[in-house]
Amino acid sequence: MTTSEMTGRPDGVVLGITDFREESKGERHSLIGAKDFYVYYGDSAAVDSVSFDIPEGLVTAVIGPSGCGKSTFLRAINRMNDLIPSCHVRGELALEGQDLYSPQVDVVSLRRMVGMVFQKPNPFPKSIFDNIAYGPKIHGVTNRRQIGEIVEKSLKQAALWEEVKDRLDDNALGLSGGQQQRMCIARAIAVNPKVLLMDEPASALDPRSTSRIEDLISELRGEYTIVIVTHNMQQAARVSDLTAFFYEGKLIEFGETKQIFTKPGEKQTEDYITGRFG
Amino acid sequence: MELKTRKMLDRSFTTIGIFAILLMAVSLVILLQPIIWRGAGAFIFRETIENRKLNLEIFGRGNRANVEVQVTEAEAARKPVYDMMAEFEREMEEGGPSFRRQYRSEYSELRDMISELLGPFPGEGDPVLIRDRYGHTRWDRANVKLHRILFVEEYDYSDPNRMGVKVEKPRADLFESTSIEPLFGYLEENLERMMLPSVTFYWRFLFDRSYDAHFFGGIWPEMLGTFYLALGAMLFAVPLGIVTAMYLAEYAGEGRFVSLLRTCISSLAGVPSIVFGLFGLAFFINTMKIANGKSVLAGSLTLAFLVLPTVIRASEEAILAVPRTYKEASMSLGAGKWHTIISVILPAALPGILTSIIISLGRAAGETAPIIFTAAVSVGRPLAIWQTLSQPSPALSWNIYNLATEHEAVDEIRHVQYGMVLTLVAMVLLLNLAAIIIRARISRKLRG
Repeated sequence: MTTSEMTGRPDGVVLGITDFREESKGERHSLIGAKDFYVYYGDSAAVDSVSFDIPEGLVTAVIGPSGCGKSTFLRAINRMNDLIPSCHVRGELALEGQDLYSPQVDVVSLRRMVGMVFQKPNPFPKSIFDNIAYGPKIHGVTNRRQIGEIVEKSLKQAALWEEVKDRLDDNALGLSGGQQQRMCIARAIAVNPKVLLMDEPASALDPRSTSRIEDLISELRGEYTIVIVTHNMQQAARVSDLTAFFYEGKLIEFGETKQIFTKPGEKQTEDYITGRFG
Repeated sequence: MELKTRKMLDRSFTTIGIFAILLMAVSLVILLQPIIWRGAGAFIFRETIENRKLNLEIFGRGNRANVEVQVTEAEAARKPVYDMMAEFEREMEEGGPSFRRQYRSEYSELRDMISELLGPFPGEGDPVLIRDRYGHTRWDRANVKLHRILFVEEYDYSDPNRMGVKVEKPRADLFESTSIEPLFGYLEENLERMMLPSVTFYWRFLFDRSYDAHFFGGIWPEMLGTFYLALGAMLFAVPLGIVTAMYLAEYAGEGRFVSLLRTCISSLAGVPSIVFGLFGLAFFINTMKIANGKSVLAGSLTLAFLVLPTVIRASEEAILAVPRTYKEASMSLGAGKWHTIISVILPAALPGILTSIIISLGRAAGETAPIIFTAAVSVGRPLAIWQTLSQPSPALSWNIYNLATEHEAVDEIRHVQYGMVLTLVAMVLLLNLAAIIIRARISRKLRG
């Protein structure tokens, strides 16, 4: 990875792929593509032969009952599952046509392109500034002024700037839960990713903080490709353009959110959405 | 369970807890009280004119004019003693062989004792040992000596059914109706005039080196030795321990080899310290030959091995206690494993790691057995840093033992021993306090 790639907008060649963001304004171009993709924990398949394309610039919700493999699928996209020793994959999962699991892929640059927000806010026990600056620093930004700008911009994007601008040096653990989660979003976008993965980002928060997070997701739509896993069906309906329904590791249905929630094509989807199981 | 029973149980547990804490506090007070009280005796005591003379002549401290006036005063008070002795010697000379035979050994014993109490007789040359050049420097010891001059210890075996009973007979009885008999009364009455005791605060006890095998002076080389040994041990044990803990917690996984490794580390923690001492002698000195004989370096390495298991286990626990979410967050931002450990996990684990360092530091400073064969000598000069690589040093822990058991005049230097104990305890407490303050500061920063 060269310095210019680390510092600037990721418009250059990253992962050996050209960025199509600017050219593809009109039609939606597929950014993440899964083809016959499996994730195993030991011998059991948590994600079972999943194939679908996630388009660029939209918000895609992944819903399904607990244990359906939706989180596992999400964590496969930035290879966080690598941390689990028994986990391995089969099939193809590609980002901009590049197979994420091919040996040439540099996990570090992949994770820089694919940011993640976790279920529980997980700030580092450092200052707010250091939390946001952590990512850019890893990727080689050393200029203090530049880091300051990135921190400010990220916090503004995460709609947190006004609340914390006077106490950037305070420990991030002193923020409220909702603020912490928005700070984690700011931290994720500080490295300028293309994709933001959100693993039930509001499930540990109170209703007001939840709605702020949802507003934030809507604001970030277009700028980033967002994949959000959620238990909350209303949330999926409110924030997403597309919805994928997972059940027992399989992708049951994938389509526009409006269509999924009004005229689901599959019986299982309908049962789940109407609350008959799950 | 009924509410009443539950409440009662709660209350009894609280009571037991408070009781345990109180018990500990009381034992601490009971333990520390004599250490402080007796240890203070090395710093604050009543010195005699002999001590002032010694300070002036050996260390060049004190007001020469004042001391000379006092010496003249004391000599005037002592003159009758020497006169009476001269008188008695003349009497022995003239008294014939049987008279001489009767008193010779008793008188020679008395003469030696008086010389110990008051210093060499006027007109005698300077003895080699400093302790022989002066009388008793401490008023409390002078009184003990006086008592021994005044009374002879004897055992009464007259009752065959009982053990011998110690009785004290006035020594004056031995010299009944001779010219020296009044000497004892004179000594008893005029000791204060002969010794001129006054309270002194000898804070230099910490920073003087010892003279004449700890009879005089202070414990600076010992303090410095302990400091070097403990810090040296930490210098080796802490980096090694943290890296090992990091490997075990983050890289090792759960293989058979790793579990064997863990078992080895645990057993290492249970090895008696004297075995570590022998290991240090055999390995560092005899095999590696890191120095020509004992050295502070060898001692530090041995102590490092002793505390290594503690550092490893506690640091590993601390690292494992860091929330997984920190690691996930760091990795998701594209940090590598190494970078995550260095910049997120280690800082978060630092309070726990510091705790392990605090425990080990106290242990390294206080351990005696590992340094007996590797680093400690009973008397030595204060070492400069580079000399620790090749030279042995006295150290508080070893010298406390040495003074208590192996010194030729245990009773005379008891106060030095207590002073050392107090200093060692204070040193360990201070080192711990520093580490605790640092730890508190870091935890506060981490908690936000």
